[in-house]
Amino acid sequence: MIPAAFDYQRVDSVDAAVAALGEHGDEAKLLAGGHSLLPLMKLRLATPSVLIDLGRVQELSYVQDRGDHIAIGALTRHHVLHTSGLLATDAPLLAHAAGQVGDPQVRHRGTLGGSIAHGDPASDLPAVLLALRATLVARGPEGNRSIAVDDFFVGFLETALRPDEVLTEVQVPKVTGQGWSFQKMNRRAQDWAIVGVACVLSGTAAGIGLVNMASRPLRASATEAALAGGASLADAAQAAAEGAEASADLNASAEFREHLARVLVRRALEESAAGGRSAARV
Amino acid sequence: MEMTLTVNGTSHTADVEPRTLLVHHIREGIGLTGTNVGCDTTSCGACTVLLDGQSIKSCTVLAVQVDGQSVTTIEGLAGADGTMHPVQAAFREHHGLQCGYCTPGMVMAAVSLLAEQPNPDERAVREGIEGNLCRCTGYHNIVQAVLSAASAQEGGS
Ligand SMILES: Cc1cc2nc3c(=O)[nH]c(=O)nc-3n(C[C@H](O)[C@H](O)[C@H](O)COP(=O)(O)OP(=O)(O)OC[C@H]3O[C@@H](n4cnc5c(N)ncnc54)[C@H](O)[C@@H]3O)c2cc1C
Ligand code: FES
Ligand code: FES
Repeated sequence: MIPAAFDYQRVDSVDAAVAALGEHGDEAKLLAGGHSLLPLMKLRLATPSVLIDLGRVQELSYVQDRGDHIAIGALTRHHVLHTSGLLATDAPLLAHAAGQVGDPQVRHRGTLGGSIAHGDPASDLPAVLLALRATLVARGPEGNRSIAVDDFFVGFLETALRPDEVLTEVQVPKVTGQGWSFQKMNRRAQDWAIVGVACVLSGTAAGIGLVNMASRPLRASATEAALAGGASLADAAQAAAEGAEASADLNASAEFREHLARVLVRRALEESAAGGRSAARV
Repeated sequence: MEMTLTVNGTSHTADVEPRTLLVHHIREGIGLTGTNVGCDTTSCGACTVLLDGQSIKSCTVLAVQVDGQSVTTIEGLAGADGTMHPVQAAFREHHGLQCGYCTPGMVMAAVSLLAEQPNPDERAVREGIEGNLCRCTGYHNIVQAVLSAASAQEGGS
């Protein structure tokens, strides 16, 4: 399968990418790792007439300690997240979950920014960023702006990014003493999650993101609120599917997805409360 | 678009249409047909090559994306005198193949895995080749081959 013809433009800076987006408008698509976009283009489900390749924008590939948070460049690949020493100590949930994306070949190419900007509810890392209450930084013609992760995922494959903006950075707050867990239910290695849960917990304060439970990555708000109100882990987990709009497909009915959400959230909370996984298990 | 790719140590400059997938450039442009196309949907790993040393699925990369970079295919593993790479030798020794269709990709995935994890246990090997499907062997002998290549490399270095 070969994509429809397009013009290819490689940029070497974020500003050049923003300028190219401004020039070509709706016709253009950014290309990062290409592991969501190229499969769609091969199936001709996406037919952009211009591809703007970010692959060589060196300034977008980093994992940095910024005191109270870790800053990660949008072009950082899943494999780098998975093997980052900094993330292993300060954001082990993200390091671990990045290692569960697809397979090694996919992780060598796919990027954090692409995974987030694509806005796919079946993706693992958006749920992780919801749990971690991350902040996203985008650059457009007017400069940088920060977007709270809760405002970012708007609908199916739809985000708060404007057509002329590039997602440049993901900021993950550092929290010490947090338990964490990542639960991914799938039938075969390499598969996407049927349902997934990303969870952090310290005391009664939890951050819980759900994979594949709505048309967009979803926060398990009812469970978080129940915990804050003093509910037990098991009782709070019963609320995991509240507000969800799970879809039915060949893998699962909506009811089964709701059941999975409750079970996986309970397991995630219990694992987090038990001190969470240690960095050694990342 | 004119692009240059180093494949197995040899530089190739060619005029390539942007929508050309890397696997087609390797097979039809450069003429190295050891890299197979299985699923064409990023699932099977038959098209796995090394890009600057790391395994990738070449059916899901545009050739122009890797302009200026360096690719290793199955043809690039053996020595100039035909001596097999330790992973190739281990696949032969342990009969890690039947029809052989998945084998080039499987070997390249294993080479990349061992570069990242020189001493994997069986679970790490199974997880390390999760992006490669084999319809014949049931994986057992493939896993044995990769484990044996790992200990051969340990012994040799
Ligand atoms: C076989 C296979 C299995 C997979 N399994 C999983 C899985 O289990 N879990 C999972 O979470 N994901 C999975 N993925 C998806 C993978 O994680 C992708 O890498 C990721 O979703 C997209 O990242 P990318 O860099 O490849 O983005 P691309 O495909 O290059 O881009 C995706 C979209 O984001 C836009 N974009 C990219 N970068 C930016 C930016 N910086 N600013 C603004 N817009 C941008 C592009 O224009 C495009 O619309 C899988 C993919 C494949 C092929
Ligand atoms: S042909 Fe590329 S993964 Fe199957
Ligand atoms: S040996 Fe036939 S597919 Fe693997």
